[in-house]
Amino acid sequence: MTDMMRSPEAAARRPAGLVAGGVQAVMRLTDPPMRALQRLIGAARMPYVFLLPNLVFFGLFVFLPIAINIVFSVTGGTALYPAERPYVGAEQYARLLDCGSYLDPGSCREDLFWRGVWNTLTFTVFQMVAMVLFSLGTALVLNRPIRARGFFRAVYFFPVLLSPVVVALIWKWILQRDGLLNAALTMAGGQKILFFVDPGWAMFWSVFVSVWAHMGFYTLILLAGLQAIPRDVYEAAEMDGTRPWRVFHRITLPLLWPNLLVVLVLVLIRSVQVFDEVFVLTGGGPGTATLMIVQYIYTTAFANQVQNFGLAGAASVLLGAVLFILTMIQLFLTRRRSR
Amino acid sequence: MTGGLLRLLTRRRGGRGWHWTDVASYAYLALGVLLMFGPVLWLVLSSFKTPSALLEFPPSLLPMAQAEVRVEGYPQPLPLFTVTMEDGSVRELAQVRRIGIAAQMVDPKEPAKTIRVPVDRRTPVRHLAFAVGNYTDPLTQFDFLRYLRNSLVVTVVATLITLLINSMAAYALSVYEFRGKSLAMLGVIGTLMIPITIILAPVYLVVTKLGFVDSLWAVILPGAATPTGVFLLRQYMLTIPRDLIEAARMDKASEWRIYARIVMPLSLPALAVLAIFSVMWRWNEFLWPLAVLTKTEVHTLPIALNAFQGELQTQWHYLLAMTVVTLLPVALVFAFLQRFITSGIANTGMK
Repeated sequence: MTDMMRSPEAAARRPAGLVAGGVQAVMRLTDPPMRALQRLIGAARMPYVFLLPNLVFFGLFVFLPIAINIVFSVTGGTALYPAERPYVGAEQYARLLDCGSYLDPGSCREDLFWRGVWNTLTFTVFQMVAMVLFSLGTALVLNRPIRARGFFRAVYFFPVLLSPVVVALIWKWILQRDGLLNAALTMAGGQKILFFVDPGWAMFWSVFVSVWAHMGFYTLILLAGLQAIPRDVYEAAEMDGTRPWRVFHRITLPLLWPNLLVVLVLVLIRSVQVFDEVFVLTGGGPGTATLMIVQYIYTTAFANQVQNFGLAGAASVLLGAVLFILTMIQLFLTRRRSR
Repeated sequence: MTGGLLRLLTRRRGGRGWHWTDVASYAYLALGVLLMFGPVLWLVLSSFKTPSALLEFPPSLLPMAQAEVRVEGYPQPLPLFTVTMEDGSVRELAQVRRIGIAAQMVDPKEPAKTIRVPVDRRTPVRHLAFAVGNYTDPLTQFDFLRYLRNSLVVTVVATLITLLINSMAAYALSVYEFRGKSLAMLGVIGTLMIPITIILAPVYLVVTKLGFVDSLWAVILPGAATPTGVFLLRQYMLTIPRDLIEAARMDKASEWRIYARIVMPLSLPALAVLAIFSVMWRWNEFLWPLAVLTKTEVHTLPIALNAFQGELQTQWHYLLAMTVVTLLPVALVFAFLQRFITSGIANTGMK
């Protein structure tokens, strides 16, 4: 009887056991050569052996590319190999930064880059405000003594796991001309709206869909922060008859502030690099209304007729500099939080 | 009134009965369920509709199809309608053809006699019908199985490599003291700041030089070493008691044996979290595969889906079905490992 009751769990454990057994078998096979290696170079040098694969990967696919990127950004032509590219100095940067007025992309030589910059900025500002408001609101509600908290938390969280392409297609289907939302609008007596033909709506839905897809992640971080606030602080406040707004303002917000900061910076870093969902949802359109910086870089390097690695490289270096600063801020904040 | 609203923002002690803020909370959550689940449910329902049902406006909630009957003397099955006759009686008739505002109809029981009916007097007979063809046709019409296989290969192989090399690096950085350790740590932290978005073209160059263009290795290898993975595992390995490792050394175990037989099994929870993350990253990865996989034979599911949505503008029925298939594995993983994933993210603050 007990066996029967345990069987589903055991059945679930069997594949896991099989995998573990396979791993163990591989490890047993690798043991003799690694032992021989240790005898050859000595135990003190073994850490380098353990580090080597990762460092090779980082070197080949991160550090070397950074160097190549800088080379790209100071060379011209259409060749992919750096040796075949003529040196042009800061010309690519000059081309990117050549603007009549930075406030008006139309006056710039690379107007698409500046449209990307302004669109990304707009997106980032709205995204940060909406994301923090909704994830904080949801975390506060989920932190109340409610039934089925696990279920509701899962409801907000599951889109985080979905592929951005899937997310974009789900919403594209709802927002299309004869889609569900327009059906609801006409039934309510309104007019159909062509959401992807109107620049304002296209940007609105880009932000909305990104918030929909990722708010569960930030809700989790904030909820963890809320649950770490000791209960007795609230109980003391309640005994003193402190008004709810004051409790939120003077207790919840200050104690949650480190988490909130981390969320803000994370949203910022991710928003600056936004690409996937927006690209599939709007294709950067209508026109260039939702063209983001990363899409500009991708198009310049890969999708255009003439692949301009130099210009894309220069734009990448500029974006990389911004991200570097933002990540330094994030590391500083997380380090302060963990202290 | 405002006090009540503000109470919503603060923790309330339980056991006081139903305050209206509780009602507001549950209303918010119910709206959330609708807004988060609704779109996915709509996708799944729509994916079972026939192309003609998809063109309907306003759309019906459930996948419906018009009933058809075979009538003697007509080679094609005929669409079935309910018709209100002039004398007020209601009959079920099959439509032979439509001529302007009149329809030529026939009673399936009396196939010889045709009846002319104004079109506004007939309504189609509809029943629930799942257009399974949306799912089965792409298997034969497009290389859907190949994209599925490509995605599976990339996800599994990349996750195995990620687990192996990141755990090795984490082991070195957590158990040993050696020259250059802080430099190595700095290098790992440094890569944290370089997302692939800003080194697309140069990584493309490296991959080309290595001869991996238009092979799945081009997608598998560049992201295999991840700084988040190293950090997650190192943090966990630091908690393994040193005595255990020292004891193994006393027993003349090699360093590799200590890693493989002691540290790895003890790090299983952290390895599982990294495995789940890696599966998510790889299954959903978009920008890099989009840049590097130009041949359709090596497309992964997200890339194929994106290509389809460009080419098959009018074939939403296939596109929706394929989207559901892409979504399914993630939904299953989530259904079984939900608690694990959410606590993993809450503890590490990464995704």
